[in-house]
This record gives sequence, structure tokens and C-alpha cells, in this order.
Amino acid sequence: MTTQTTAPDTPGARKADAPTGLLPLPEKAARALALGGSALTIVSTFLAWTWTADFPGDLTVYGYPGGLQVLVLIGALLATLFALASYGIRGLAWLVPAGADAALRFATLATFATSWYTVLAISTELGGLVNLEPGGFLVAVSSLAALAGALALPFQRPEPDPIDPDDTGWEKFKHGATYKWETTKAVFAAGSPRPVATLPSYAEILIIVAMLALGLVVFTYGIGTEYDELFIGFLITTGLGFATLNKAGLIAHASQIASRHTSITICGAFVAAALFPFTQTNDQYATIGVYILIFATVALGLNIVVGLAGLLDLGYVAFLGVGAYAAALVSGSPSSPFDVHFPFWAAALVGAAASLVFGVLIGAPTLRLRGDYLAIVTLGFGEIFRITANNLDGTSGPDLTNGSNGVSSIPNLDVLGFDFGAPHDVGGFTIGRFANYFFLMLIVTAVVVLVFRRSSNSRIGRAWVAIREDETAALAMGINGFRVKLVAFAVGASLAGLAGTVQAHVTYTVTPEQYLFAGPIPPNSAFLLAAVVLGGMGTISGPLIGAALLFLIPNKLQFLGNYQLFAFGLVLMLLMRFRPEGLIPNRRRQLEFHEEAEAPTLLTKAGA
Amino acid sequence: MTTDTTTKDTTPGAPTPGETVLDARGVTMRFGGLTAVRGVDLTVGAGEIVGLIGPNGAGKTTFFNCLTGLYVPTEGEVRYKGNVLPPKSFKVTAAGIARTFQNIRLFANMTVLENVLVGRHTRTKEGFWSAVLRGPGFHRAEKASKDRAMELLRFVGLDHKAEHLARNLPYGEQRKLEIARALASEPGLLLLDEPTAGMNPQETRATEELVFAIRDMGIAVLVIEHDMRFIFNLCDRVAVLVQGEKLVEGDSATVQGDERVVAAYLGEPFEDAPGADEVAEVEAAEAHAGTTDEATGARADTTTDAAPGKENDR
Repeated sequence: MTTQTTAPDTPGARKADAPTGLLPLPEKAARALALGGSALTIVSTFLAWTWTADFPGDLTVYGYPGGLQVLVLIGALLATLFALASYGIRGLAWLVPAGADAALRFATLATFATSWYTVLAISTELGGLVNLEPGGFLVAVSSLAALAGALALPFQRPEPDPIDPDDTGWEKFKHGATYKWETTKAVFAAGSPRPVATLPSYAEILIIVAMLALGLVVFTYGIGTEYDELFIGFLITTGLGFATLNKAGLIAHASQIASRHTSITICGAFVAAALFPFTQTNDQYATIGVYILIFATVALGLNIVVGLAGLLDLGYVAFLGVGAYAAALVSGSPSSPFDVHFPFWAAALVGAAASLVFGVLIGAPTLRLRGDYLAIVTLGFGEIFRITANNLDGTSGPDLTNGSNGVSSIPNLDVLGFDFGAPHDVGGFTIGRFANYFFLMLIVTAVVVLVFRRSSNSRIGRAWVAIREDETAALAMGINGFRVKLVAFAVGASLAGLAGTVQAHVTYTVTPEQYLFAGPIPPNSAFLLAAVVLGGMGTISGPLIGAALLFLIPNKLQFLGNYQLFAFGLVLMLLMRFRPEGLIPNRRRQLEFHEEAEAPTLLTKAGA
Repeated sequence: MTTDTTTKDTTPGAPTPGETVLDARGVTMRFGGLTAVRGVDLTVGAGEIVGLIGPNGAGKTTFFNCLTGLYVPTEGEVRYKGNVLPPKSFKVTAAGIARTFQNIRLFANMTVLENVLVGRHTRTKEGFWSAVLRGPGFHRAEKASKDRAMELLRFVGLDHKAEHLARNLPYGEQRKLEIARALASEPGLLLLDEPTAGMNPQETRATEELVFAIRDMGIAVLVIEHDMRFIFNLCDRVAVLVQGEKLVEGDSATVQGDERVVAAYLGEPFEDAPGADEVAEVEAAEAHAGTTDEATGARADTTTDAAPGKENDR
């Protein structure tokens, strides 16, 4: 069952039963092929791939890469770097703390997938291979060659189990398939990274800054992709590129360094997020930014309830709705029955307080239930909120929410003379309406992150985790389970309400249909929970990344249309099968789900 | 495993010797038509170690759960230092009764230190706002809690593993951690539910030392156990529970010499056996065995390995 690749660069130590690659090539030739293929791919990105500008991104130019070519170029550069590092070149060893071969395989796979996707997209959209220029053929051949070379590198094959001769044919087939799957896993398995050396702290902080800058660039690029093909290419490259860095051990090193300077990393992340509007020339993508931020903040609030206290809440979006309605009603909107116009700080307090009251009202009767029963009841209450808001229109009930028309024409905020509705010039950059709200939302996110971090590392946070781990034992330790759970529920509710107050102003209108259990547009309860589960329960960065992905993918891939929810469900199922702890796992969760893995005995504070 | 005398002072209301800590009167617990515990009286005095034994299914753990508020007795009442126990288990812990579980119930994915800190919950006050605002009081209380928790970990000999996950500890150390966690709530009475189940003789002996050390801190101990040698070495008094009723109570010698206890564990001698000489044979064997205390102890020992992992804590 050992699935570790051999350490690279030990040509002298080869024995008769030396590990071989997936493809029958001598090791030296394979390595050379991987390097040469990658280098040739780099060259090919500077050539024209097609003759017409009909394919988006202008791939017709010699001399500089454009559109999807840039992504292929990045992949090929990574592959070349790792190929060089696999030769053991001095000065590149820091790139591959966990061995170069697995990383090289992933890097060539990323290049291959992106370039073949491009080539196939060109030939299907324009009708035939004839539309490819020589550059297109070159990139297809060279990226395939690089992948073949990387796959031919030797690796440690798993021990085959002997086949029971009495087995039926089907069982033999299953046995064979299992072994093939084990082998495939072994091909892409990496060793454990060596521990990171202690650098002077200024160097470590510089590394953190570089990482955050890289994150900002990747995020900005992804949000700014203008056509479907580029976004799909972006997903392929970043997904496999992330896997590459992970296999190289760089992600493990980066998170170790970040965990030494958590406060700096978090502050830096906020600075990087605040820089995002300055990278945009118009408000088009700042809109997406602020919606992602609202979604992510609410998901992070839900993470307190689900991730820390273990209370499965399927009606969480109702609290966002309560906050948004409360803020809308006191905003001076003409369709609000109250003729008041509160300043924002008061409206935010009203929204949070309304959600808090609503949370306690729902929580008090329901939190006596455990597990699935709680999920069903909260799901019901979420729907009750939406239907009630729909009916408080003056005909079916008292006139409060203006029914399905919602509270509309919510005026823009004006804080201390700063008009959020108008664009402002800051240092030569124009900051539009949505960018203004982006900054406001960032402050709310900071509040939620602060509450999450501080409460999780305290008496109340430990009580939450204890309740999640074993409620009976927690009660026997003197924890008032009901009260502690109610606090978690109320805190989560008021944070969502706070986010709702900003959301009401961003969207101009608050209608009941924004707060569904499941729908194509996030945030809704199902997507919120999915963002938490996808990103990683109990972590801060997990829900943020999960929410960004869950918002961007449906937003960018409009052509999926009616299949969006289907694709979403499929992805979620695959994720639960292969990575139940989420993209950014909490250390505890990772240990919980992979019991057979050799668990590190020490729980460092990394990964949170 | 040294007794930390400094901890004695911090125990609130360290009882004066002779005071009754626990007083259970006529405790009856019915589940539908089944009476699991019937009219049991039990007292535990300050500084006493009391054992509770009985064959499987005698209602020991049910009785324990009545004492800790997990069950509310159908009849009878339980008093702790003169006050009737509240019907909620977390209030019982706050009142001063801490317990361990028959099948270990640690918070497996928390660290050893965090487990003990959770035990401090009732003795600390910081709420949500204090955690978010982090005033000086918060840091002071957090540090005090950590210091106390580390002290308890040193007491049970786990301080070098404070940052390990509880699930990664070996079995014996998990038992110790559960005791440390219970001690963190600063109890006046500690209830141990089969603390040596599944332990080897060395570990059992170490647990014995640990229980004596806890007694020396001024904490009364009530212990359920199947290991007779452990019980009779340890306890000042032993009560025997059979089919939900208290059969005998007294010191080790009294209980070991009681024929009814032997009968409860091993069964009555044959009364209407098929052949008269068989009856005589059995009675002779019984009489022979009953004469010496040692023999009784040895025979009772045969039930030591009974039902590990019994899941009747709730």
C-alpha cells in the first residue's frame, strides 16, 4: 500500500527490479522528452494557432501570446521549471520540497489539458482541423510529448494482491480494476514534503506578500475572463496548477510559513482584497466582486454554526433576508411603510438585531433537536420566512414587506458625506458604485473574520467544538448545551443580518425570491452550505474560496443554462467522494475523514 | 504520579472529614415496565472511596446516570452536600459532581489540553462578548485556565502530550485524560465508571495510585469496577448491586465474606437437582470455597472481563 514515488535523482541506486514508468521509455529519455516537450510548448505559444480572429482571444499573431495561449504558456513554464528541478539543478531545489516527479506530471498534464482543450475548441467551433495554423499542431504535439515523457518517469508501483483463482470473472475484473486504479493513484502520488527551514522573518513576510499578490492576480484574471473558453481554460490551468504546487510541497510550505504569521497573513489578505477594485477599469467586474464578498461573508457566518458548533442549518439565508428587509424598511425607500431614514450605522444595528431576535426565536424551540431533525426544521423555517415575506403585502396580511414586489428603490448610502452611489477618483483610479460597496462589504467581512477567529479560540468556541464532538460528554463536563448552541445560532444569525444590510443597498431592491432554499443564483441556503462544505468546514479561508468558486462558475459559464444545478450536484458528489474534508481542510476534519492515514500526532494551528 | 498538594487549596469547599458528600435515598429508576434500579440508598462521606460492584445488568451504570443528572430518578432523591441535585447533567457538574464514562468519551479531535480546558467550563465565566472584545480580564482568565489545566495534566502525567490530539493517545492515557478532564471541573465527588476496563495489571496499579492521590486532594470517589482485586484494595466501603437492588454494603471483608454476593455472581447452589449426590457435591464445593476470603476473591475475579464497550451511558 505504499504509494510513494522514489526520490528523484538517484540514478546510481537502480536495481534489477527498479521502478519503471507507465510508458516503456528509459528514464533519461523520458526526462529529456518532458523537458523538451515543455520547452517546445513555450515556443509554440508565441506562434499563431489559427488563421482567423473568429475564435475569441486573437490567437492569430506571431510574436506574443494571447488569450488561452497565455494560460498554456504559464503551464508550460511551470512544467519546464519542474523538469529542470527534477534534474537536480542547484538553486531550484526549493521549488520541490516533496520531490519533482509528481509535480512534473501534474504540470505537464495541466499544459496538455489546456492546450488540447484550446485546439479542440478551435477545430470544433470553426469547423475542422483545417483551421489550425502550424503553431496549433506544434502545441498539440509538444504538450502531448511532454506529458508522455512525464508519465514514462519511473514510479513506485503498488504491490499487487494475488488473485484468488476461485474468483468469478467479475471479481477478477474488479480486482484488476482496483489494481489499475491504485497504480494510477501511485503515478500521481508525491512524497511528504521536508520541513520548511526557518527564514528571517522579513523574508517570510515577503513570501507571504508574494503569495497574496499571486492570489490577487489569479482571482482578478479569473473574474475578468471575457469568454467561456478562456474561463474553462482558466479553471483547468488553475485547478491542475494548484495540484502541481501541492504535489511539489510548495502549498504545505506556504501554509506553514503563513501559520507562523497569522495576523500578518490575514491583514495582508484584506489589503490584497482591498486592492482588487483598483485593478478594474470599470464597474462590470466590481459587481461580481461585491456579490462574491456578500456570499462569502454569509458563508463564513454559517461556518460558525455548521463548522464549529456542528448545527446543520438549511435555512440560513433567511437571516440574510431578515437583515436585508430590516435595513430596507428603515432606509427611506418609498415602498417602505415606515417613513424613516436611518443612518447606515443605525440601519446595520437594526438589521443585525432583527436577525438576532429572529435567530433566537427560531433557535429556542428547534435547538433541542439533534442532527438531521434540526436540518429539516431549519429548512422549514427558512421557507416560512420567504412565504411570510411574500404575504405581508396588505392583502393577505399586514402591509409590511410589499409582497412579491419587495422593497424597491432603496437609496444609496451616504456615510459622512461619502456618496456610495457616485463614482469617486482615488489616486487616478475611478472607484465606481459597486467598488464603493465592495469596500463597505470588506469591512463587514473583516468583522465576521474577527468574530470567527476570536470566538473559536476561547471558552465558548471550545464549548461549541465539544458539543459537536460529543454532546453527552460535553453536558457531563458542565456545558449548558442548549445555551451554547443558542449563542452559536444567534451569532451566526446576526452576522448574516449584518451582511444583509449591505446587500439591501447593493441590490436596490429586496424581494422574497432572493432568499430561496435552492436556486440558480447564490446566495441561497443550499449554495451557502455547499460553499462551506466545498471550501472546508471550520476554516476561514475555506468558505471564502468555496463561495468565490460557487459564484464565479455559474456566473461565467452561462451556456450551462438549465444544467447548472445538475453540474453543481455532480461536482458536489465527486468532491464528497474524493475529498470530504473540503478544498481547504481543517486539520481536525482531515483526521476525522481519513482515519486510516498516518495522522500527524501534533495539531498545529496551520490551515485555519 | 506525585500528589500535588497545591491543588488541595484551590478545591472549593474542601470538605471537612466526616461530612456526607453524597446521599442517595430510595433511588428507583423505571424504564416503562422495567425497573432498572429499585430503592437504592447510598452515602459517600468526604475523603472516602466507595466501590459499587455487581454482575452485568445489575443497574450500576443506570444508578450512576441517576447521580449525574443524565436520568432523573423515578422515585427517591439524591443530595449532594445537603442540596437535592438538579435534573440536568451540566448543572450537576456545576454543583460539584464530575464523572468519567464506561466507554471513553473524550473529544477525540481536540487536543489533550483543549479537552481539559473544556472541563474548566463551569469554573470560568467568559462569554461570547468577552471572547470577541478580548479585554485584559479575558487574557487573565484564559491564562489561569491554561495553567490549571497544565497542572492537572502534570498530575496525571500527560503534560508532555498537551498538544497531541486526544484520539492519538494510547488507551490507558485516554483513561487518564478523562480523569484529568473530570478533575478540571473542581469536583467534590468524582464518579469513575469502570476506570480500569481493558487495562493491564501495571496500568491498573497506576490507576489505583491515581485514585488514592485524588482522594488525598480531598475529593470523594465513587467507583464502579469489575476488577475485584482493584476494588477491595482501593475502597473504604463497597456496595453490591444485584438486579437493581442493593444487596450488601460494608467494608471489603464483609462483602467478600457474604454468601449472597457469591451467589449473585456465580448462581445459587442447585436446590432440586436431579440426583441427591450431585447436590451434595455442589454444596460441598460451595462450602469449601466460601470458607476463605481469598477463594471468594479469586472466584469473583472470573467476571473481570465482562462486557467491554457496553453502550448504556445514555
